[in-house]
Amino acid sequence: MLGIAVLAALLPLAVSWLGFVFTVAIGKGLAALGVAILLRAGMISIGHALFFAIGAYAIAFLMRDAAIGELVTLFACATLITAAAGLVVGAFMVRYRGIFFAMLNLAVSMVFFTLLSKLYRLTGGTDGMRVPTPSLLGMELSRPAFEQALHLIAIAIMVGVALITDRYLKSPLGQALSAIATNEVRLEFIGVSARGVLLVAYIASAALAGLGGALSAVAIGHVVPEFSYWTLSGQLVLIAVLGGIGGVPGAFIGAFFLELVRTFAVGFAAEAWNAIIGISLLVVIFFLPEGLFGLLQRLETRMRGRKS
Amino acid sequence: MLANYAPLIVDGLADAALIFFVAVGLTLVFSVLHILNVAHGSFYSLGAYLSVVIGSFVAGRGWPVLSFFALVISPFLVTVALGPLIERTLLRWTYGRPEALQILVTFGLFLILEDAQKLIFGVQPYSQDTPMLLLGTSQIAGIVYLNYQLLLIGLAIVVAIGLRLLLKRTGIGKLIVAVVADQEIARALGIDASRVFMLAFSLGVFLAALGGALASPTVGVSPGLGAETIVLAFAVAAIGGLGQIEGAALAAILVGLARSAAIYFMPEFQPVVPYLVMLAVLLVRPYGLFGSIGLRRV
Amino acid sequence: MMPILSVRDLHVNFGGVKPADGVELDIHAGEIVAIIGPNGSGKTTFINLCTGYVNPARGSILFDGQPITNLPPRKIARRGIARAFQIPQLFTGHSLLENVMLAVAARSDIWQPMGPLDREIYREAALRILDLLALNDAADQQTATLPEGLRKLADIAIAIALKPRLLLLDEPTSGVSTAEKTPLMDTIVAMLRAERMTALFVEHDMDVVERYADRVFVWDTGRVVASGHPREVLHNPNVVERVVGVG
Repeated sequence: MLGIAVLAALLPLAVSWLGFVFTVAIGKGLAALGVAILLRAGMISIGHALFFAIGAYAIAFLMRDAAIGELVTLFACATLITAAAGLVVGAFMVRYRGIFFAMLNLAVSMVFFTLLSKLYRLTGGTDGMRVPTPSLLGMELSRPAFEQALHLIAIAIMVGVALITDRYLKSPLGQALSAIATNEVRLEFIGVSARGVLLVAYIASAALAGLGGALSAVAIGHVVPEFSYWTLSGQLVLIAVLGGIGGVPGAFIGAFFLELVRTFAVGFAAEAWNAIIGISLLVVIFFLPEGLFGLLQRLETRMRGRKS
Repeated sequence: MLANYAPLIVDGLADAALIFFVAVGLTLVFSVLHILNVAHGSFYSLGAYLSVVIGSFVAGRGWPVLSFFALVISPFLVTVALGPLIERTLLRWTYGRPEALQILVTFGLFLILEDAQKLIFGVQPYSQDTPMLLLGTSQIAGIVYLNYQLLLIGLAIVVAIGLRLLLKRTGIGKLIVAVVADQEIARALGIDASRVFMLAFSLGVFLAALGGALASPTVGVSPGLGAETIVLAFAVAAIGGLGQIEGAALAAILVGLARSAAIYFMPEFQPVVPYLVMLAVLLVRPYGLFGSIGLRRV
Repeated sequence: MMPILSVRDLHVNFGGVKPADGVELDIHAGEIVAIIGPNGSGKTTFINLCTGYVNPARGSILFDGQPITNLPPRKIARRGIARAFQIPQLFTGHSLLENVMLAVAARSDIWQPMGPLDREIYREAALRILDLLALNDAADQQTATLPEGLRKLADIAIAIALKPRLLLLDEPTSGVSTAEKTPLMDTIVAMLRAERMTALFVEHDMDVVERYADRVFVWDTGRVVASGHPREVLHNPNVVERVVGVG
């Protein structure tokens, strides 16, 4: 993990536009991590772009209507707002499982997309809203300097979030998530509320996606309704699946991988990007059940085997 | 007084008819295969696009009447091209496997079909309202109606009755009912469940594509139609209870009328009305009007 | 002394079948009680009713004098009733040790998002329980790959980990070889006595019943038709005929 962070920090000094790609990738990685957490419990959210968009638009609204212009404050507020949304939506969602849960998430995200597109006076409609450059802890920076700082902040967030999420997944609450997937009935019989466990996970996953959306909003400087569209939800699912159910780093590795491929493919495959995501999803499901992360783990084990 | 609402009701029922076609296909596939196909809406939009393309072709060649032919042939083409293929290759692989995989497979298929549609048909919105114009209007009790709408309502009733007859009276229908009731026992009795699955799935595809084709003269087509449709079809199927055909019919009427009422009274809310109805129903009856907890695959 | 479990006039209806048709019984703290009866007489349904998995149409269940009649399984478990299943119910994505640790954590407080599941107090407590049932060697094995014989024990281990006041066992020795039944039941009963747990077990093996039960309840068509000390009940010709069957 440290290696990746160091790498990520060094690269953009050489190629400035890659820094932007990495920052956006971290944003999506955070959201995909949210999807991955729910995946632990066997639940697939195919509408997680909802919370990504809530976090992103929260930033835009906070800057425009609440006169909050400082980055750390903005991130904190956006994350809290999205977590609150996660609580409200989650309280309803955790009653459901399987495809019902998946489709409800998709439905809510698409309703939000429609609202964002139609409420022109409030949200700028399909044009979206501008996100001006925030200050950082009181300092006003030029855009290029800000972007460099944001890049480092993104890496710090990634590392911090990864550590916290890892601890959460190893805790009794986090382990109970996979117990829901394997034997929800037994979990209830040992006195644990599956809905309670799921609600905590749902709020956490929403907060992650919201933070990712907030990060992307600031990095891109603009928010549009497409932040809530099914296409982004699809990418998040693919990243989460690529990363494999095992890994916290997996979500970020998957996100970097996807963003890099997208950056290079945008020249000739922009029109078919969703189809590529779809096909990749099918390929990963059919041939790589543990996802990319699992593949790396197996390579690692094989390499260690060769050394000894 | 009621007469003042007649146009609203007819609009609502015509809308309900289109919603019914796509929602009943979704719910039928769910009841037989226990799969909720996320790509179902894409069949709807493919049916619509194909119908517009063929319709424009024939209308442009000077045979506008044949645009009706386009409405009918498109669902068949979509079904024949995609139904058995998808069921045999993608879906069959998911039987017996964890439900999460089934969700991911149909979701992946959805992503692929949406882009395939863009690549084949382009991103420009189209419309081909020839069939609707050709049928003209009628005046009933002083109010003018589009005959096309009346046709839609009539067709929906025919399809609903037809489905009921199919399931209750025909041989193949009884096979489907048997497989739905208990797959294990059906197989033990020698019923070829795989064939039933393929037929049921193809029927679902056909119904969705039919809905799309019939809808195309009224609303036209544009990218994103598939995504809008699956979400709406799910909402309607959920309101009625997943797997419940009567539920889908009732829910379609409910949503169609609600949407129509919204257009007349609160047009800004029209896009979200189906989901508000869904939320309201699910809060009171978590598995829909006629649904039950047993319908989840254990 | 107030009974620890008190059941009155319990009825339940499954579409025309009545697996509980007026069940009445009292169990006192510290007792080890067996339930016997022909298949389909409602023994497992009784356990389902006591643990909240099924709601009765009529009647009451009192645990420690408090009604638990329509509570969900989760709340009943928290009150101190644990259940082992006829078909072992395990968390197949976890190792045996983790299964038990989850139960230990659930007993104490699962709402701790920051400390790991695998912490010393849980681990020690879990290992102690595995030790009791001689399962230590399999501690790190994934329960999905556990051999058939150990799955039953694993299921019981999870229930025991809750340190319940009342333990309900559904056919604890089924699937266990005759030679191993005695050591298994010896272990379980010793633990029950040591922890002062009350237990109720459904059994088909009359030797096990005679050896370990303080009292026996005989079930038939949804109700208790006889009860008493094993020696009396099991040698009562009516019971033998109805329950134990021919020969």
